[in-house]
Amino acid sequence: MKQNKVPILSLKNIVTFVNRKTPSETMILKHLNLDVFDGDFITILGSNGAGKSTLFNTIAGTLPPDSGQILHAGTDITGDSVEKRSRFLGRVFQDPKLGTAPRMTVAENLLLATKRGQHRTLALRQLKQNLPAFEQATASMNNGLSERINTATENLSGGQRQALSFLMATIRRPDVLLLDEHTAALDPNTSTQLMEQTNEKVLDQKLTCLMITHHLDDALKYGNRLIVLDDGQVRYDVRGKEKNELTKEELLSFFGNIA
Amino acid sequence: MSMIVSSIGQGLLWAILGVALFLTFRILNFPDMTVEGTFPLGAATAVTAISHGVSPLMATALAFVTGALAGLITGLLYTKGKIPILLAGILVMTACLSVNLRIMGGANVSLLGKKTVFSSQFLQSLPKYFDSIYVGLLMIVIVTIILILFLQTNLGQAFIVTGDNPVMARSFGINTDNMTIMGLMLSNGLIGLGGALISQNNGYADINMGIGIIVIALASIIIGEVVFGELTLNQRLVAVTLGSILYRFVLLIVLQLGFSTNDLNLLSAIILAVCLMLPNLSKSLKLDHVITKGVENNETK
Repeated sequence: MKQNKVPILSLKNIVTFVNRKTPSETMILKHLNLDVFDGDFITILGSNGAGKSTLFNTIAGTLPPDSGQILHAGTDITGDSVEKRSRFLGRVFQDPKLGTAPRMTVAENLLLATKRGQHRTLALRQLKQNLPAFEQATASMNNGLSERINTATENLSGGQRQALSFLMATIRRPDVLLLDEHTAALDPNTSTQLMEQTNEKVLDQKLTCLMITHHLDDALKYGNRLIVLDDGQVRYDVRGKEKNELTKEELLSFFGNIA
Repeated sequence: MSMIVSSIGQGLLWAILGVALFLTFRILNFPDMTVEGTFPLGAATAVTAISHGVSPLMATALAFVTGALAGLITGLLYTKGKIPILLAGILVMTACLSVNLRIMGGANVSLLGKKTVFSSQFLQSLPKYFDSIYVGLLMIVIVTIILILFLQTNLGQAFIVTGDNPVMARSFGINTDNMTIMGLMLSNGLIGLGGALISQNNGYADINMGIGIIVIALASIIIGEVVFGELTLNQRLVAVTLGSILYRFVLLIVLQLGFSTNDLNLLSAIILAVCLMLPNLSKSLKLDHVITKGVENNETK
């Protein structure tokens, strides 16, 4: 059983406030517990304000928890900075603008991504040597990205940017991949295409992945585990066969109960 | 003719400031006011060191170090102290006023009769003003080559991405605070170096020589961009030097029109303001082809 192994990522009794020490101080995560195991592809549902984004920011280190403990493969990383956690974390943001450096080219962005979490030295960057590999990687996204490898990313379409962000997050295999509604800002066709490619790559490379989504259908269709966040806690957690048999109606009625 | 030669020489010497400010203004994407303090700081350091018998080259290198130290303080105030960058720069710039007076022991120090980097026999044998062209060209070529190489390294790329998208940079493990501090140190070190060279060229250092420096440095960046348009990063660095020389030509023309040197700061500010507005103005006034024509005419002269 998976559950007997050490979780790759473990959140214990996490409490996170936002707007700390201001009148609008709010407790977002309320003693949240979550164990993520190697190979988990978790889709995360939850209404606005349930704490989905705060959960990701807490995992990534952008928002340190006010109490509780975060473990990576058994090691306490609660106090580690965003930079330090990037060694094992890959992340794709919802906003296409956040994931790439606009004035740098596709290839330059990918090159930066290959050095994720590493110490940057005065060694020459060796862009040319890496180009064939980058062309191959971008070609797999089937959206014209490979022809624009020397284009500044600010000139790419939103779909191409998100596809690039996804490639960048996975080009060095992360222990945990965070996808924060990474297709939400795209048109329906592009969104579906990127979702399919995401699914393919996550399964192919056996990535451990947490994906926030607003679409019940996507949450049901993809992944091998589904959790529902509500009021800062994990209220629902199904995996494997149980998740496969879950229907939209059951999920909707569950949402009806907690709302 | 000698005025044109002198302008080219001044343009080359002052280009170091433009290139230095490019690191913060264009790559890190913020205006760093520290330069108004580090320019006279570099001058004060070099001139005082030389008048105490330090070799001119050593004194110039020292100016880089003191400039970089001032940049370090601005960087720490900004990244660790969370003081807005504009204010952090103004604080260090203001503090530099006192530091410079301490270093120089007065409001100005003359280099009369002292050896400077310009007093080698070879440079003295050149025609008038060619010494500043020689030193300026040598320095700006070295600085530009080192910066181009640096920006092609993994560290340089991390520096660029810090200005471009800090959120993404951090999510890929780049310590943006350190990159910002490094950029401010490098930039202000180069400004100090520029101050050292220009004060040796002038033959003195003055407590007020920093006033308006940021405008002059910005002018070379902006003029280079307006004249040369879309360029790669490396080309843009070179364009700063050409912009700096063009700026000197503009000043020369303005002085020929009968303005006095007392008007220079006002004129510099007006030139920069016009250049900054040019991209928008040219859109609304369809100035594009007028400017291209103007440039063509200049080139055929």
